[in-house]
Amino acid sequence: MSSSSLPPNPDPVLNVSITPELIEKHGLQPEEYDHIVQTLGREPTLTELGIFSVMWSEHCSYKNSKPLLKTFPVEKKDTSRGYGQVMVKAGEENAGVIDIGGGWAICFKIESHNHPSAVEPFEGAATGVGGIIRDIFTMGARPVLLTNSLRFGDLEDATVKRLFRGVVAGISHYGNCMGIPTVGGDVVFDESYEGNPLVNALCLGILRHDQLQKGAATGVGNPVYYVGAATGRDGLGGASFASRELTEESQADRPAVQKGDPFMEKLLLEACLEMMAIPGLVVGIQDMGAAGLTCSTCETAGRGNAGIEIELDEVPQRETNMNSYEIMLSESQERMLVIVQKGREKEIEDVFAKWDLHAAKVGEVKEGDRMVVKQHGVTVADLPARFLTDEGPVYEREAKEPAYLAKTRAWKPEEIADLTKESLAEALPGLLGDPSIASKEWVYRQYDHMVGASTVVLPGSDAAVCRIRTGEGDKFVAIANDGIGRYCYLDPHRGGLIAMAECLRNLACSGAEPLAMTDNLNFGNPYKPEVFYTMKEAVKGLSDCCAAFDVPVVGGNVSLYNENHRGAIDPTPVISVVGLIEKEADITTQTVSAAGQKLLLLGGWPDEIGGSQYLQTVHGLKTGRAPEIDLAKEKAVHDLVRQVIREGRVEAAHDISDGGLLVAVAEMLFAEEQNFGATLEVASANPARWDALLFGESQGRILLAVDPAEEETVIAAAKAAGVAVESLGKVTAEPILSLQTGGSLDHSWEVEILRDIWSQRIGKAMSLPGLPS
Amino acid sequence: MKVGVLQFPGSNCDQDSLHAFATVLGVPARLVWHKEESLEGLDLVVVPGGFSYGDYLRCGAIARFSPVMKALKAYAGAGGMVVGICNGFQILCEAGLLPGALIRNDCLEFRCETVNLTLAARREAWQASLGANPLRIPVAHGEGNYRIDEAGLAELEANDQILFRYADRPAAIERRGNPNGSLSDIAGICNREGTVIGMMPHPERAVESFHPSRDGLPILQTLLKLAGHR
Repeated sequence: MSSSSLPPNPDPVLNVSITPELIEKHGLQPEEYDHIVQTLGREPTLTELGIFSVMWSEHCSYKNSKPLLKTFPVEKKDTSRGYGQVMVKAGEENAGVIDIGGGWAICFKIESHNHPSAVEPFEGAATGVGGIIRDIFTMGARPVLLTNSLRFGDLEDATVKRLFRGVVAGISHYGNCMGIPTVGGDVVFDESYEGNPLVNALCLGILRHDQLQKGAATGVGNPVYYVGAATGRDGLGGASFASRELTEESQADRPAVQKGDPFMEKLLLEACLEMMAIPGLVVGIQDMGAAGLTCSTCETAGRGNAGIEIELDEVPQRETNMNSYEIMLSESQERMLVIVQKGREKEIEDVFAKWDLHAAKVGEVKEGDRMVVKQHGVTVADLPARFLTDEGPVYEREAKEPAYLAKTRAWKPEEIADLTKESLAEALPGLLGDPSIASKEWVYRQYDHMVGASTVVLPGSDAAVCRIRTGEGDKFVAIANDGIGRYCYLDPHRGGLIAMAECLRNLACSGAEPLAMTDNLNFGNPYKPEVFYTMKEAVKGLSDCCAAFDVPVVGGNVSLYNENHRGAIDPTPVISVVGLIEKEADITTQTVSAAGQKLLLLGGWPDEIGGSQYLQTVHGLKTGRAPEIDLAKEKAVHDLVRQVIREGRVEAAHDISDGGLLVAVAEMLFAEEQNFGATLEVASANPARWDALLFGESQGRILLAVDPAEEETVIAAAKAAGVAVESLGKVTAEPILSLQTGGSLDHSWEVEILRDIWSQRIGKAMSLPGLPS
Repeated sequence: MKVGVLQFPGSNCDQDSLHAFATVLGVPARLVWHKEESLEGLDLVVVPGGFSYGDYLRCGAIARFSPVMKALKAYAGAGGMVVGICNGFQILCEAGLLPGALIRNDCLEFRCETVNLTLAARREAWQASLGANPLRIPVAHGEGNYRIDEAGLAELEANDQILFRYADRPAAIERRGNPNGSLSDIAGICNREGTVIGMMPHPERAVESFHPSRDGLPILQTLLKLAGHR
């Protein structure tokens, strides 16, 4: 530990003494600052204070969420398969890596860009995509697919439309230009997200085991290279910006939002993969994402148990007279830090010259443990690297059950009238036209979801499926996203369980065996005990479900301080599970393909109405309890569905989720080039409440369409597996959805009308005057 | 027979095109880096889709100055077979190898979907392989709205240079057939000789069992046939 002060900074503006106001402005608690002074044995310089402010922000340090994240299972217990083992665990590197067999692996992660997107939707969303792509190719993987989970306020609101349009355009701009298909995702509209939209982007890449790269600086004397775009003043302090509540004044924080250049990133991607393909050249590599040059230097040094020294004069800069504070805290995009073998400098320089990119030697790996930053030869920061990365503050925040829960739990279905013939007739089109349920075609048609020529199941089904070309035969990965804030608001523990279970159910419907999960925890201010309670409970739910299904968590992101003028957003853990399908023939989608196919319901008749989209859309109520969930039963249903899919007995599979049974059946009838009809016989359900049967969201339910010749076999298989099975009806060529209740509620809907409502809803809301839709 | 797929900084359908020719069709094919100055030995040159140089200016406006473009002009001038797909079509128009221009889609948004395509030209090789049925081929572009002046359009029609048109979708599905508002529903054109072809739809995305269709195969096979007959 050095207790002598550093020399004055070359920029006199930075030579100020650190006041309590400056400490607060940098988002540090007084006790955190005291800890810094004690460890350094001196006051930090302003540049150093800036470094601490980003490294110890929630975004980089997870200081308020670490104790919860530690409860996630991070390894797969079942080692009997030839794939599925975790090669790089959550938190070890930029993204987790999973073995998919045959010497190949996948690498994936989700990350949020909520706050930037709230103030500058296009660039905020675009750079969110750019950031997560870098996290993946940093690991040596070629990115092959993107997905995203979006949450907005009420679609009728003009500001919401502006944010929605901008976010979708930003994702489209970045992903399309990169040539990485955006194959799936989900979008939910709820007033809880007004003013604080959620923009969570996921990227998945593939690599051979021997291509795996690590973000560690090792080998004293090895040169440290800066590659990619030049550094500007954009995105200053973005990580600390993301770790604050948004306020009216947040618009003034627009300089904290970065600007993306997907073309630059495409070049950087190709150049980095080319460089990493040269045997033994790269020692360590790390992207400059949140906290830019700061984070990449201290994290590589921290992981490598080494020191690192850089000279800022060597950093490519696109603005003049940038001082050390600005250069270290800039979040300019499309930059990477690479440590290569000493003596092989020409090899990296040649690759980057081919792609017309900067590759500047900015420093080298040193003995010891310090991160030393110089400018014009003057030391401007000299800090113990691991103190920044591993010894930041960690807090166990106080948790307190929110008062509203007693009220919502006490809600009884008797408080609303059951369906009548008239209300039933209106409810189905009403739900199909709810923007959260309606077709998201307006969104995904703006994303190039077919580039790569490997998308097997296009957006719009339960899970997206992509072919992975390994050179030794194809593999198929399936990916599903979920996370219903409404359930987590009403019961955070169940909400967590359901988010995970529904994702797994979606994968089962596609024919996939789950591999691993990545999560993005979107919550409000953790200093509010009620908010922290919901986070703690939701994480427990996710964790319990992961453990029950033996699906490890391989990484993710935490986004806190998501608040608007009404308070915290609905607690929204967004998760994605990736699965593997071994045979192309097993890939299953949700739409029926021929008249005469039989519809079967697995898991029993739905019988709960609490927390449903029906209550929210039709009755304007977000109340009751989230549906019950029985993990053993859930697993039995998934296993059965995969089994009958592999036996070749299933034409279509779709889970019952938002909107319930009738919505799920209707969605199965909307085939790509044709509308089918169906006759449904539900009299035998003899329900206590019709709304709960037809629109309730009881968990663990899956609808299958099977060929008539397979019906008996599938029913027998279900009985053998102990899974409840009901014959629901059959698919018809005439596009009429006919519901037979054995009584006065019988009703028929024209499928073409239902489909128009469902498919046009969002496009109509977003149409611009005078332009074709 | 040897196929070359040009690779500009920002090309992103280069690997897909290579895969379609080399792996699916089993034709020798290689990538051609944009700094190469000769196309010797190639029988068919593919200018693939993507965002060459980011396309922050007009699409293709910078790519046309790449070193390989000089070679491409000479190659096409000598009757060599060239196909530009999506960004490749835009580049060929910018380079003056095809008439007209591609402007922003009339909806002002990027469009990715599978369209119905009909063969519009009476050219023998194409008629023999594609016939009258609509083909199902994916499109993915923000600037595919083909424009040309009246005289130019008349010339395209008179010389049978309109190769593909967008066709209507089934009546039950409310979605228009033309995804970008292009003049006369034009999706693809060729030069008078039929040796330089530009098209917005992506035939290389319709060649395998799990693609939206395999209707891209006869398109690619016709290109190879035309290249072989030269």
